[in-house]
Amino acid sequence: MKVAYWPGCVSRGFTPELHGSMAKVAPLLDIELVELDRACCTGAGVIAEHNQELADTLNARTFALAQQVDGAAMMMNICSTCQGAQSECQERLDANAEYREHVNSTLAGEGLSYKHDPTQPLTNKNFLWLLVEEIGLDNLRARVKRPLTNLKVGPFYGCYIVRPRNRLGIDEQHPRDHYLDHVIEALGGTVIEYAGMRKCCGFPIITMNKEASLKQAGRHLGDAVDADADCLVTPCPLCHLNLDLQQPIAEQVVSRELHMPVLHLPQLVGLALGLDPKDLGMGRHVVKPTSVIDWSTSVVAAAA
Amino acid sequence: MTEVHDRRAGGTESFKLRMRRYDPESGEAPYWDEHTIELEPHRSVLEAILQARDRFDGSIGIRCSCRQAICGSCGIRVNGEPALACHTHLDAAKLGAKDGVIEIEPMGNMPVIKDLIVDMDAVHWKKIRRVTPWLLAKQPVPEREYIVPKESMVDVTQTMACIQCGACVSDCLAMEVDPGFIGPAALAKAYRFVGDPRDDQQFDRLNDLAQDPQGIFDCTHCFKCVEACPKDVNPMGQIMRLRRIAIGDHHIVDKNNGERHEAAFTGLIRDNGILWEAELLPRSYGGASWFGKFAPAAGKELLSSLPVAFYGLLRRKMTLGGILKPHKIPSADLKNVQAIYDKIESRPERYELNLYIVGEDEAPEPVAASPEGSNS
Repeated sequence: MKVAYWPGCVSRGFTPELHGSMAKVAPLLDIELVELDRACCTGAGVIAEHNQELADTLNARTFALAQQVDGAAMMMNICSTCQGAQSECQERLDANAEYREHVNSTLAGEGLSYKHDPTQPLTNKNFLWLLVEEIGLDNLRARVKRPLTNLKVGPFYGCYIVRPRNRLGIDEQHPRDHYLDHVIEALGGTVIEYAGMRKCCGFPIITMNKEASLKQAGRHLGDAVDADADCLVTPCPLCHLNLDLQQPIAEQVVSRELHMPVLHLPQLVGLALGLDPKDLGMGRHVVKPTSVIDWSTSVVAAAA
Repeated sequence: MTEVHDRRAGGTESFKLRMRRYDPESGEAPYWDEHTIELEPHRSVLEAILQARDRFDGSIGIRCSCRQAICGSCGIRVNGEPALACHTHLDAAKLGAKDGVIEIEPMGNMPVIKDLIVDMDAVHWKKIRRVTPWLLAKQPVPEREYIVPKESMVDVTQTMACIQCGACVSDCLAMEVDPGFIGPAALAKAYRFVGDPRDDQQFDRLNDLAQDPQGIFDCTHCFKCVEACPKDVNPMGQIMRLRRIAIGDHHIVDKNNGERHEAAFTGLIRDNGILWEAELLPRSYGGASWFGKFAPAAGKELLSSLPVAFYGLLRRKMTLGGILKPHKIPSADLKNVQAIYDKIESRPERYELNLYIVGEDEAPEPVAASPEGSNS
């Protein structure tokens, strides 16, 4: 399937392994990525906090660019924060025709317009949602080359992709706040539940209250250690920054050793689909995913 | 329709409750207690708790009064989620239970007095008092009533819907790691007066809340309070509005980097189209320009971040090129993005759509559906 692909900023900045691993995994799942490289940052909630109309207009521009991609079934992102920020703007744009017209009048200078048809609204899905709802868990299971047998994976959902439920379309038919669990199981892994799996990683206040921010990250990582997880997996690169990049400092804040590898979702999928850990950029993490790589080599050795 | 029929026939069902019990004065540790009650499925979790207390154990502690979701007394956790006990149906609670047993706990972030009763005075009410929750009227006070525009009062009605149940306080993730955070309920209450045109102290209120290290910039933007609120007060949305007015209208530069972080972020997107993380941190501490990193506050922060940068470079997560030079979107597109910035930021007033007030457009009626023009 062809998608208008919004990779976000951080996946091309401080977590290049995320963008890279998505590019490697997509063909194995028959996803054709048409990158929206002309679009700008979603604002991550910060631009909306500064000026709501500015955030809505910048995102309407991205939606309009996505609507121009010929033959694309929908928009896809690989960043929970992008999903949350875009869903918030889309909610306002779709709810009020007068407002949409007002926003479109700003885009008109560039010849762009965000079109909304209530019977067929623009679909924008995080890779996690697309994996479960479009590709399907059975289909995914059938493509697994190296099941994650005996790998204990703690899902880290974060905030932007699970709250608020209404805006994100989470209901009984679409239990999107449980999809990471389902994907881990479909890939053959063991789901580890722990207290912090749907809590905040602390990233949004890292510059405002560093101690509270890293206490959050450190506490959730510690919960996962106590629950005996081998690694965490997250659909959000900003969570990854606080949980992985900042982990050495989080260790100091919570006064305990953590050594908890944190994988991006496409990396975990890629491993199970048989890709090499190195090709998935696993060497680029601050906390070396040694446990995961040991696991993958031992499984390969056992199979040979 | 069979469901309705059953209810009329008095069709009761058995429901299992697992209740967290704790009496700090006893010296015993908290424990779980199970009871099976009989009620119609549409009855409330509160009624179930009261039946358990009446029939099996008179010592169960629960606070309640109106039983119709307006007094805010019976805030608890049902299956781990915040709720008003009187506003949660038993059938829905059973559906949300992991193992078919409805799990009932006291609210979080507040000390337990007994069982399901928490100390609202020690946390919630103390924080409400912190924000001066009354009108500091503009002088001179008119002899008769104030005349204010209708829309400005409609604007604060959302925060006036708060029933002080404490559900948002219970679930606040910032408060979980920083108990001194003023928190969602009190900050929503602060907006009640910041947004009121009759109040004389808008700047002072905002300056106070912005400079407090546990004020408006301590919110982690986790949406927990938005989900927790049974009255759609949207506390986090109100906190964002407080930030917007503090920075946008009053140009308050706080010592918590709140204003600098916002200026750095929006400025970097204006300059590059996408984020340049290596510059975001130093500018958030030192000021919104390339020179920001040379400010003393930024220097101190950069020094403490050296281990992070070291690992980042070591693992080729960051490259020196990426740190020294931003990645940008194509220049024609960047110009268009900047034109959007220029147009919107030069408006005399910010344009803000509040869906709580305007609601959503009604779905267009199918043409054949209303031939008689029966729209009321």
